[in-house]
Order: sequence, then structure tokens, then C-alpha cells
Amino acid sequence: MTDRNRIVIIGAGHNGLVCAAYLAKAGRQVVVLEAASQVGGAAATRELAKGFRVSGCAHVCYQLDGGIARELALNSHGLKWAREGLKTVALAGAGEHLVLDGSRAESPALPDADRTAYADYHARMRSFARVLGKQHHRIPPRIGGGGRSDLMTAAALGLDIRRLGRDSMREFLRIAGINIFDVLEELFESPLLKGALAFDAVLGTNLGPRSNNSVLALLHRLSGDAQGGLSLPEGGMGSVSEALAAAARAAGATIRVNSPVARITMEGDRVSGVELEDGEQVPAGTIVSNADPAQTLLRLLGARHLETGFVHRIRHIRSKGMAAKLHLALEAMPTIARLAPELAGERLVIAPDPGYIEQAFDAAKYGQCSPEPALEVTFPSVYDRTLAPAGKHVLSAIVLYAPFDPRASDATARQELLDRALAVLERAAPGIRRQVIASELLLPADIEREFRITGGHWHHGELALDQLLMLRPVPGAAQYAMPVNGLWLCGAGCHPGGGVMGAAGRNAAHAMLAQEKAA
Amino acid sequence: MSIVDDMNRKEHFRTSVWPTPFHPRTSALNTLNEWHRWKDYTTADAFFDEALEYAAIRNACAVFDLTPMTKHRITGPDAPAFLNRLITRDVSKIGAGRVGYCVWCDDNGQVIDDGTIFHLREGGYRLCSQERQLDWLTRSAHGFDIEMTEETHEVAALALQGPTSCAVLKAIGCTGAENMKPFDIAYFPFAGDELMVSRTGFTGDLGYELWIDPPRALALWDALFEKGANHGIRPMGTHALEVARIEAGFIQAQVDFLPADQAIMLDRSRSPFELDLGRLVDFSKPNFNGRRALLAEKERGSRFRFVRLDVEGNKPARSAYIYNRPKNGDVVGTVTSAEWSPSAKANIAFASMHMPWGRPGDELYAEIYYQRELKWSRVMARCRVAEGAFWDPPRKRATPAADF
Repeated sequence: MTDRNRIVIIGAGHNGLVCAAYLAKAGRQVVVLEAASQVGGAAATRELAKGFRVSGCAHVCYQLDGGIARELALNSHGLKWAREGLKTVALAGAGEHLVLDGSRAESPALPDADRTAYADYHARMRSFARVLGKQHHRIPPRIGGGGRSDLMTAAALGLDIRRLGRDSMREFLRIAGINIFDVLEELFESPLLKGALAFDAVLGTNLGPRSNNSVLALLHRLSGDAQGGLSLPEGGMGSVSEALAAAARAAGATIRVNSPVARITMEGDRVSGVELEDGEQVPAGTIVSNADPAQTLLRLLGARHLETGFVHRIRHIRSKGMAAKLHLALEAMPTIARLAPELAGERLVIAPDPGYIEQAFDAAKYGQCSPEPALEVTFPSVYDRTLAPAGKHVLSAIVLYAPFDPRASDATARQELLDRALAVLERAAPGIRRQVIASELLLPADIEREFRITGGHWHHGELALDQLLMLRPVPGAAQYAMPVNGLWLCGAGCHPGGGVMGAAGRNAAHAMLAQEKAA
Repeated sequence: MSIVDDMNRKEHFRTSVWPTPFHPRTSALNTLNEWHRWKDYTTADAFFDEALEYAAIRNACAVFDLTPMTKHRITGPDAPAFLNRLITRDVSKIGAGRVGYCVWCDDNGQVIDDGTIFHLREGGYRLCSQERQLDWLTRSAHGFDIEMTEETHEVAALALQGPTSCAVLKAIGCTGAENMKPFDIAYFPFAGDELMVSRTGFTGDLGYELWIDPPRALALWDALFEKGANHGIRPMGTHALEVARIEAGFIQAQVDFLPADQAIMLDRSRSPFELDLGRLVDFSKPNFNGRRALLAEKERGSRFRFVRLDVEGNKPARSAYIYNRPKNGDVVGTVTSAEWSPSAKANIAFASMHMPWGRPGDELYAEIYYQRELKWSRVMARCRVAEGAFWDPPRKRATPAADF
């Protein structure tokens, strides 16, 4: 193989692996270079303490693209589900908890009106999310490009919205840009229900329930084949990545771990390869980066190889994460107050009302950890015994909110948020503190360092109207090709964004193959 | 960046229009008391008679206060790389002690401004421009190890233009100034300090630009007018300069093109090719702002063509539409600048033409409206596409410069 024909993919995150698999299937020579010692990036399983393993960043699978899973035969490459169709339990501070199971909201304390309204809401939000979901497999149109396929794609989006029907279309256009708090206030009585639903809209974003774009972030979460359905892969999220890696290898791709890329090298006006941190040169005619846009373009490539306006736009992508990740190794399964033990392994949400979340957000906006954080808690070891020694358990939780650049030092903020999260957990599960064998809390800054994601934002950039579709990552570069010959992006920073979905990786591969054909 | 301190020190908010360091002299000489505002500096339109001021440029020498011209100092290890990414030509070909004319574009290959790069001493540059550029330059600086200072207010500058300009320079002590080639920079001792002189200008004639610290500005003015008295030295305002620059074929931002960062409609800005500045675009550089768009334009063809026109008659074709027929024609272009040229004895104009119009030999007509005793008349004046500038005397280039 000549160097010119080699395709180097930077980063073996799920999108990089998907892209590698599709390119290799199309007969291309693909080398994936991963900085860490294992594949997966933010979808990986790590050892927390001896015998305890946990999903390192993403911990529940809700967006994996069904088409990709089929086309790459992930089942035959070892992907198994420990549990599908997780319910959500909204934990009440006092009184009855609330269970969300599909379109049903169950709690003795829930008003009947709320129960009916929830079924409607569930159906309506999913129909809106399907409009977004249909765009996932399309390469976004180039604005002002004037090309026929660009016009067709833009028209298809308009048509998908129109097909909702007149009333639904109006409702979609009314709420798509506003905040989840206002929408929930219109529909529901129960603070606990509103809290749980608002939580889903802000999870992983830099938004509070009253921030606009929170409805859109929720629709994004509900988009995709699973429509918000939650699953736990056996062996943690790393199993999804391992299966993708196996599929890519089976198709002929080479995957090298422990190979951090230091920079992308140029020859004239096109890429010539990459240089690893140990100085090794890997020549290639095409570079595809699974890293986020700022990391790829400003650090690995360098602003001098780009134009001023483009650099300016890349520098202003909003990508500061606000979610922390908490991992606990536990002596035994804790008892959740007032909850039937068979529900303890479901997804537990601690956000008793939208105001609770908003107040948690307020602190983080100004550089402080939330005094009373909101939590998404899972005990994956309940369904997956590979993760903890017999009788023992692991807890994996997302903690809202942690500022990206805390006013205090990272070490102080880390300890502070850990203490506060444990205090909140202790109220919900009295005695849990005494069961902790090992603990770990990752701030957004830790996520940035460990997973090399600028700003520590899971989605490689906020999911907002001005950063989605043809505006993702930035206007003029939403078609996976970067304005440097031979350089492509395939990560969550591109359309259709984050969530362990894989669509960005596949779209990028398709865009590259289409361009090759056209040339 | 020191511009902020600068702004604070200058307290811009108290005084929205500034006098230049030469104001004590220019205001005393401005018998017409005609002024306008140029980038927030008080600038003379004319001093005593536009026609005589123009005559001084072409027959003796005239002094123009160009302090308001925007100036940035750019230094640091990455200064050449930064400038090479900024402008369309190859800055490495502008050696130390040389000046280069250049344009810079946005990502779409549309001209933001034109200006001159002074390679002062090895590795240190001054970028002069018509428009304020701090915002664009600051954005462009990301990722480069440079230091940049907005030094418009820190450098007083005069243009000394015309056939006797070299003689005046020598008379104030710039020994050897005659050996400077066009676009050369030289330093001469003056008033206990250093005077920087460049053989540059906006008149298309023998001429120099003089750069000095503001505290010595008045001493420089006084020396020029004392030693220049026998060489016919005069002050000139922007009106006289305007005639000279059009004769010389020089374009101006806001007049002959709209800076791309100020254009809202897509067809209002122009590429270098559309301003007849293709010679300034060097595609052998692997990257510069606008390169990809300009390569695409090369392939696809430009939308506009910039031409110099020789217009029949003596009515300046200001803002005229250009038609392809004297009657019932189509508008195929617009005049951007027009003057009667006293030196070429011609009615001259610049025009931006829609492609493919403006080829040599095209039959074109300017629709000129003019007023006589408050009565408007209209004439369709035939135009000839001219090659090159209307005023290009050998003395502009001759080295050593003669005394006249």
C-alpha cells in the first residue's frame, strides 16, 4: 500500500471505529491511532478498584444506531445486552417515588391529569424527535452551495417538519427553540414528574431547565432508533466499542492503541500524515479525526494552516461540559429508602423538581459546584455480574452540575462535589457511605484530560440550534470535509452530534467515499 | 495588547475627533478652513486652492498629513508567517528595508482592505491600511507567536510628493536620499533622533513618506517648509490627492471597493482578481486567507472586472452607469471614481464591470448627468478601456532621483 492511499483515523472512539469499519468494508487501507491503552474513548469500561469495573464516561446506551449495529453485525462481534428497557425511577425527597416506564408514569401520588398528559407528552416528543432522527443519516446541506443534493436535503428537512401535520408542526416550531421548564409548566402538576423530565433535557449539556435550547437537547436525546429507550451493555459501555473494533478489524482495519497523535503534518496545501508523541511519523493521504473540532484543528493541525474566519468560528464553538461522573465501589447493594428492592437496579433520578435543578445550575454558572447536585444513578452490577465481585456492586452516576473551570482548584472542587453527591445519595440510600470501598469523581476538566475532549463536553460541543445540522461544527464545514485537503472530521462535534450513536462516523465515511467517486 | 491602554490614555470618549501632531501648522495654513473627519482625525480637504495644490504635486512638491492612516506594528518570531497567512502575496519577497503593496481577504477571497507592508528592520513590520484592522488582525493572530501594536497615534507621518521632493529631503539633511529606489526604506538622523523615510506615496510620482515620533513632528514640518521654500513646497489636502491618485491608477477602500467585512449583500464585495490585483495573489503559498475561494474563482471565472476608462468629453463621469450601447443598452458596469486629469488632459474614470464587459476594444458608454446654472443635462459619453495608469512618468522610478 502506498502512503497516499492510507487513511489514518485519529481516535478509536465509537465514531472513529464506525468510520474505520465502513471505510475498511469499502476496501480502503485504514489505520486507527488511539492515545489510550484501550479503544472506546468516552465509551469504555475502566477498572475502579480490584475486581470492580465501570463505564468510564457514557454509562447508559440510548442512541446506538440500529442500522449500524446491523450492518456491522455487532451481535456477532460480541455485543450483548445485560438489560434493555431500563425504567426511570424519580426519587422523591419524601413520600412516593415515581416510575416512568415507556409511556406510563406510575405513582400513587400522581394526579390522573398528569398520567394522561404524560402519555400524550411521551408520544408527541417522540414524534418530534423522529423528525430530528431522520436527519441523522443525511449529510447536512451546504448553505449557499447551490448544489442540487444540498437543496434536496434542505427541502427534505422542511418536508419532514411539514409532515407532522399542521398543528403538530406549529407546536414543534413553537417549542423547539424554547426551554423545557415552560413546556413542563404548561402540561403537568407534579413537581417530581417535572423534575425528572427536566433532568433529561439538561443532562450532559451546559443548560438549566430555564435555558433555551433545552427542549432541543431533549429531542436530540430522544432521537435515534431507541427513541430514548435505555440499555446496559454486558461488560459496560466498553463492550460496544470492543464490538465496533472487532467489526473494524474483521473488515481489515488496523487499530493501534497507546499511539497518541502529537500533530497532523502538512505537505504544501494537503495533509501528509501524522506525527505521534514519540516522534513516529505515520504518512497518509487522508486523515479523519474522531477528536473534537478544536482539538483537531487548533491543536493537532494548527491555526496557521487554516483561514482566519474559520479559526474564529472553531474557537467559538460552545463546548464547556457541566456534568461530572461519579463511580463508587460498594461493599453491598444499598437499600433505597421507600423503594421496592427490585426497582433499585433501574435508572434512578434525583431531581425532585425543576427548581432544584435550576438552583444546582445557578451555582455552576458562576464557577461553583452545585450545593445540592442532581443525579442520575445506576447500579449496572445488578444486571451485569461481570462488573463486581460476588455480592458487591458498582454505582455509576452523572452529577449535575460541575463547572468546567471552578473558582476553587480542581482538587478542592472534586472533593467538594464528591462530598455533596455522597450527602445527596445518603439521604436517598441511608448507609451508602459506609458501604463505599473506592470512589472516583471526574470533573469536566478531568474528562477533558482523560478523554481529550475540549471543554470536557460529552457531545464535543453544545447541542443547540446554532450548533446543529448544517451549523455543526460550524457553518461551511458541516459536511465532514474540513477546509484542508485530505482532512475530515467524524466525531460527535459533527452532525448529528453526541450520544453513543455512530451516525457521525458512518456519515463521514459515506461523504468520503462519495467525494472519491465524484473526483 | 497595548491598544487598550492606548485608548484609555487617549480618552477617546471625551474627544471623538483628534487633531494630528501637525495640527498647529496645518490649521495655521488652512486659509479655506476646510476640514473633514478621516478615521477620527481632523484632516484638511484643501488649504488654499485645490488646483494649485494639485499643481504643486506635479510641478514642485506638496506635503500631505497622513498620520490618520491606520498603522500596526507587528513583530515576533512568527511575524512573517502571520503576514503570509494574512495577505495574498508572498511576504518573504519583501526584504528588510523594503515596502510592498498588498491586499488581504476574508475566507471567501473577498478583499477586506489594501495597504502597504513596511519591512522595517529584519523581522519587524508595519502594516498600513485605509481601514481600522485591529479586529481582523487580532483574530488572525490566534496561533501565531507575534506581538502587535496599533500605533496609528504613535507615529506621525507626512507624504512629501512631487518632482522636487528629493531635493527638499536632501536640504533637510537626508544625505544620500537620492539613492533610494522605489519602495526603499532609509533612516536619517534628524533633530537628535531618527527620521524614517520610505520612497512611497499615493500620487504615482517621485515622492516620499516621512515617519517620525510625534514630539518631533512640528520640527519636521518646519524644516520641510523652511528648506523647501525655494523648491515650491506647498501643503495639500485630500481633494488634490484624490485627483493625483486616480491619475496614478490607485484604488481606495470605500470608494472603489467595499471592504468585505462591511458588505452585507453577497455581490457588494470584490476579490483581488475583480480589482485587477491578480498580480498580488501568490498561489504557490500553501495557505493564506481566501486561497481556496480564489482558486475556485480562477476555475469558475470572476464576476466583475475592474477597468480604467478614458471617457469622451470633459464632464467627470462620477457614479455613472456604463452601458453597452448609446441607446436602449444594458447596464454593464458602474463608475467608482472619476476626475478630469489635468496632467493627462483626459477625462478619466475607474469602473467595476460585469463580466465579460470591459475588454480592450469594448464599445462602452457612460451616462453622465451634469448641471449648468441649476439645469441638469445628460450625456452618453463614449468610453475607451485604457491599459495602465494615466500618469506614469519616468521620474517616478528613476534612481538616483533627480533634483528638478
